[in-house]
Amino acid sequence: MQLIKIFWERREFFLVCLLEHVRISLTAIVCAGVLGILLGIFISGRKKAAAVILGIINVIYTVPSISLLGFLIPFTGIGNKTAVIALTVYGLLPIVRNTYTGLTNVDAGILEVAEGLGSDGRQVLLRIRFPLALPVIISGFRNMVVMIIAMGGIASFIGAGGLGAAIYRGITTYNMTLTAAGSLLIALLALLSDWLLSKAEKAVNRRYGIG
Amino acid sequence: MDKVIEIRNCSAGYGENEVLNHVSLTVERGEFLVMIGPSGCGKTTLLKMINGLVAPVEGEVRVKGERLDQCNLVAMRRKIGYAVQGAKLFPHMTVEENICYVIGLERKMTREEKRALTCKMLDMVQLPPELAARFPRQLSGGQQQRVGIARAMAAEPDLLLMDEPFGAVDEITRKGLQEELLALQKKTGITIVFITHDIGEAFLLGSRILIMKDGGILQEGTKEELMAHPKDAFVKRLLCV
Repeated sequence: MQLIKIFWERREFFLVCLLEHVRISLTAIVCAGVLGILLGIFISGRKKAAAVILGIINVIYTVPSISLLGFLIPFTGIGNKTAVIALTVYGLLPIVRNTYTGLTNVDAGILEVAEGLGSDGRQVLLRIRFPLALPVIISGFRNMVVMIIAMGGIASFIGAGGLGAAIYRGITTYNMTLTAAGSLLIALLALLSDWLLSKAEKAVNRRYGIG
Repeated sequence: MDKVIEIRNCSAGYGENEVLNHVSLTVERGEFLVMIGPSGCGKTTLLKMINGLVAPVEGEVRVKGERLDQCNLVAMRRKIGYAVQGAKLFPHMTVEENICYVIGLERKMTREEKRALTCKMLDMVQLPPELAARFPRQLSGGQQQRVGIARAMAAEPDLLLMDEPFGAVDEITRKGLQEELLALQKKTGITIVFITHDIGEAFLLGSRILIMKDGGILQEGTKEELMAHPKDAFVKRLLCV
């Protein structure tokens, strides 16, 4: 009851927070998605580089998110920009790892036939390898999206906007309802995105005759 | 007669271990050459040398007069059909997309063109045209194998390389495929290099048979020549004489 009341009373505040949250997350998702997939493609043909880059990303992943934000402040200041950078860095792990795994697990026999039939390197990648890795890449993408949206809640601790602002304000003013409301919206946003992506995943699988 | 394939004194291997040891082989236009031998004898490596999937560490390979290490390998491969055991169709593409794959590498095809080509090729390998929209996993093993051959032949190559293409299909289907392949070769005059481990298949298909062992060519000749003069005990056992 209290939750519904607070949503209604502060609807404008929540709407602003929600839009800001979507904006920050979306920027980070696009950055991490593009960078992650390119990085995954790059290391898929280079075993040594793969070990190094996956290692680095793994290490970054173990740094607590709140301290990563803290580390970034001297370089990029406070606010949305820092939040986007931190979220992008975190988002890299699932997408790079899944892109790499997907690309390297394609049946070597199929790749050899593709080459033997006269595909050049780019054609093997774009027409055979990438499409066959796509289901694995999409599941990494789903992971990444949910993670970025959830973690976006912490971004307000360094002055960025988003639903974290509601949570933060709730904590500092002993208003548990406000905190709960912000958390609930983040959870709903994450679930909704995941559900939409699962639809996309099914569509791709159907297109490929898998599902 | 002109030479489609000339392999001169070629060796190949992966790292330390040598798979082919100074092999020479010439194939004339229109021949149906069958290679047979125990696993690990180097027959697949020899076949892959012809379309450049394996590069010799020594010696030279010429296909249709051109040296493979000096020509545009990608363009050359598009003119060489390639079919392998288990077909290895592209699982994310329909039968039609698989069949049109090689031509699609060169240029964009119109929808009508694709449909016409698919129809023609499916007819050639005796499959109903309704299969065009199916995905590989919706086909039986024998049907997949036929589509694999259709894919290899779609760009009208004059040379076809086949690595145990009928290895994974049942006896009855294999009989049918063998007869169709023979008829196809008679009709088109295409040069075929074919790997098998089944001596019956080799006798049935080959205009010339190559017996391989331990990375080299042990003996070659027609069925009659081999039967009349088997070189040693190994060949005798293989031929069951």
